[in-house]
Amino acid sequence: MFPAAFEYLCPTSTDEALAALAEHGSDARILAGGQSLIPAMRFRLARPSVLVDINRIESLAYVNETGDELRLGAGTRDHALEFLPSMQSGHYPMLADVCAVVADPVVRQMGTVVGSLCHNDPAGDWPVAALAGNASIVVRGKDGERVVPIGDFLVDSYTTAVADGEMAVEVRFPKPGARTAGAYLKIERKVGDFATAAAAARVTLAEDGTVSSASVALGAAGPCGFRVAEAERALTGAKPSSASIAAAADAARNAADPRADTRGTVAFKKQMAGVLVERALRKAFARLGLEDIR
Amino acid sequence: MKVSISVNGTAYEREVEPRVLLAYFLREDLGLTGTHVGCDTSSCGCCVVVMDGTTAVKSCTMFAVMADGHEIMTIEGMKQNGKLHPMQQAFSDQHGLQCGYCTPGMMATAIAFLKTNPNPSEAEIRDALSGNMCRCTGYNNIVKAVQQAAAELSAPAPEPVAAS
Repeated sequence: MFPAAFEYLCPTSTDEALAALAEHGSDARILAGGQSLIPAMRFRLARPSVLVDINRIESLAYVNETGDELRLGAGTRDHALEFLPSMQSGHYPMLADVCAVVADPVVRQMGTVVGSLCHNDPAGDWPVAALAGNASIVVRGKDGERVVPIGDFLVDSYTTAVADGEMAVEVRFPKPGARTAGAYLKIERKVGDFATAAAAARVTLAEDGTVSSASVALGAAGPCGFRVAEAERALTGAKPSSASIAAAADAARNAADPRADTRGTVAFKKQMAGVLVERALRKAFARLGLEDIR
Repeated sequence: MKVSISVNGTAYEREVEPRVLLAYFLREDLGLTGTHVGCDTSSCGCCVVVMDGTTAVKSCTMFAVMADGHEIMTIEGMKQNGKLHPMQQAFSDQHGLQCGYCTPGMMATAIAFLKTNPNPSEAEIRDALSGNMCRCTGYNNIVKAVQQAAAELSAPAPEPVAAS
């Protein structure tokens, strides 16, 4: 089915895009890669009357590696990030995990990271990794910009903190410091399907080998991705052990609140949330040289 | 809205409604029915075309207006100087197709992929094609075809023969 008719605007600068958003308010949607929005419009799940296409705003397609952050513009495609030299050489292992499994390789040539965050699909990959990675989003309006922590940015299914007249222009991922590593895993029926279950974990070790901080996030387990504070508490302050990993996995299983669908029952999806948290934690610890934690 | 899109080397200027998907623009406005529509929801890869030489795009999930000013290559434009493109020849040689429905998308994906990775491993080829579904031939011969095309396309050009 074709989408309902809409007015198409094609600005070449961010200011022009913001002016269009200010004029059209809640009727307008940003069109970036379109890989989620266009199918949603075809199914009439989304019916914007104005599309503001940002694909011709060249200044939004960039990857900047500053001192301690990796910054991606709203026009940066998954494919560009996936083949970034520092991504390929292992500087961002958790983000590299995500890059390899978002939709499929062709979809990744158009799809954007910031677009995925703004779409905030309950089963989206980037929101989960952004939560575990403590990302923040730069949201710009006509009166200036604000930096929103990812936990505040993701409000509910398909809903973010971006207000009418504003747009998300950049995502910032803190670079993993020394003794920090993460991992992202998901289960999908086939390449490109929505995740049956998804989990991201990131851990930092203190010099004495104890876990000084941990973040654990789930996807496809509620209205949108979320962090599991109890799983993080189970890991923090102790040396990594099978017991602490199992406690984190239990907490994730309990916190998961998935919906039954053709991908599985609620019980199965909760079980998989726990399994993926355990696997993601073991993968993250292995990346820090801790294999076979007992 | 008026668009100017280069398709297979020919510039087309057309008036299109913004909601028209690129796949339907190619098939219905330009009559280029070699681009197939399978699932129509970006899951199957039948509709993949090459944009600007190196980017594979699912044309059912892109508005034609987004292609304004860009170069598109479809299956109809792969032939070079009256000869099959090495990718087309390889699919023929390796029996990489049966019903042929997925083939234009497979080839478009593979051609764009080899532009960025001219000497891929078998695993890399399988990964690159993982967004393209085939329901009859199966994937082994398709992978062999891409391997054959990769070998041919990355081979050094033959030495020019000196005029005697």
